[in-house]
Amino acid sequence: MAATVGRICGARLLKKYGLVWPQACQLSTNTQGWTKNRKVWLSTLGVVGGGVGALLFALEQSVQASGSEAHPPHNPWNHSGWFSSLDHASVRRGYEVYKQVCKACHSLQYIAFRNLVNVTHTEDEAKAEAAEVMIKDGPDEEGNYFERPGKLSDYLPSPYPNENAARAANNGAYPPDLSLICSGRKGGEDYIFALLTGYMEPPAGVVLREGQNYNPYFPGGAISMAQVLFDEAAEYSDGTPATASQLAKDVATFLKWCSEPELDDRRQMTIKAIGMFSMLAAVVYYYKRHKWSTLKSRKLAYKPVSKK
Amino acid sequence: MSVWSTLNRTVFKRTSTFALAVAGGTFFFERTFELVSQSIFENLNKGKLWKDIKHKYEN
Repeated sequence: MAATVGRICGARLLKKYGLVWPQACQLSTNTQGWTKNRKVWLSTLGVVGGGVGALLFALEQSVQASGSEAHPPHNPWNHSGWFSSLDHASVRRGYEVYKQVCKACHSLQYIAFRNLVNVTHTEDEAKAEAAEVMIKDGPDEEGNYFERPGKLSDYLPSPYPNENAARAANNGAYPPDLSLICSGRKGGEDYIFALLTGYMEPPAGVVLREGQNYNPYFPGGAISMAQVLFDEAAEYSDGTPATASQLAKDVATFLKWCSEPELDDRRQMTIKAIGMFSMLAAVVYYYKRHKWSTLKSRKLAYKPVSKK
Repeated sequence: MSVWSTLNRTVFKRTSTFALAVAGGTFFFERTFELVSQSIFENLNKGKLWKDIKHKYEN
């Protein structure tokens, strides 16, 4: 393949097509600019590429407008912004909400108790959290499986042993794992907040099957999960009033952390990158001025040679 | 004799001292840069970080 390409356009590849050509040809009457063919080809490529990009953008926009579900409004999250870290007190409250409410049906299988250490809990607290649950382990020396209290290295236990058990217990609907749900749903934490607080009576004409509820933010509107967040649906250990919207906000922040545990590091890296690149930009600017100083201050003189 | 020419003569002219200056300079620059950007981050997010709330849970 590479050999064929090389045979056909080897000579063309070796030809001098430096980017400086269009500029250089302005400085001299001798050099030629791009050939007409080349100009036509590049223009066509540009127009086609731009057109395809615009088409993709337009299609994406029209898909957003054609669905029947409501789009979640954008909320001013504590962690939205170039330099904003997660609100760790909120993440901690969100974990309490998950533990008291969501955990009944939803797993969080990619989060381990050790992940909570120095994020929402101290090491001792995380150990205590882990010790509260029983983890299936084994086989032991006699080949039997047994249950033991959790350790820091254990992952959060799932409410159901497998998907079929989860479906059987939930009217055929599978409660998704929440570890990456914030990244996995369009709208992220805004969607989660809107969904959790957006339950309402179905509008006239919408028929729901048994066990289904109406939520305008859920694609299709019919959701098998019932409204779970009411005022005082969970208890906060730090005394924050547990209103439904507070619970939803905290659990959305917690799920944001689950999906993007590196968010704080990323925000700090933004600060570093801006600092580093602004220094480099200054160096590059100086270097450019330095290199161009001879070009900019030169004089070109045309001296016709007089024929004798 | 300016500081610059002294520096030039004693450090930058010889490859061994120049390489040493690069390594040492990198170390101090990196530490300073890291500490400064971290303190900017922690100042911007005062009260939200784990280090700001952990005193409530430690005994």
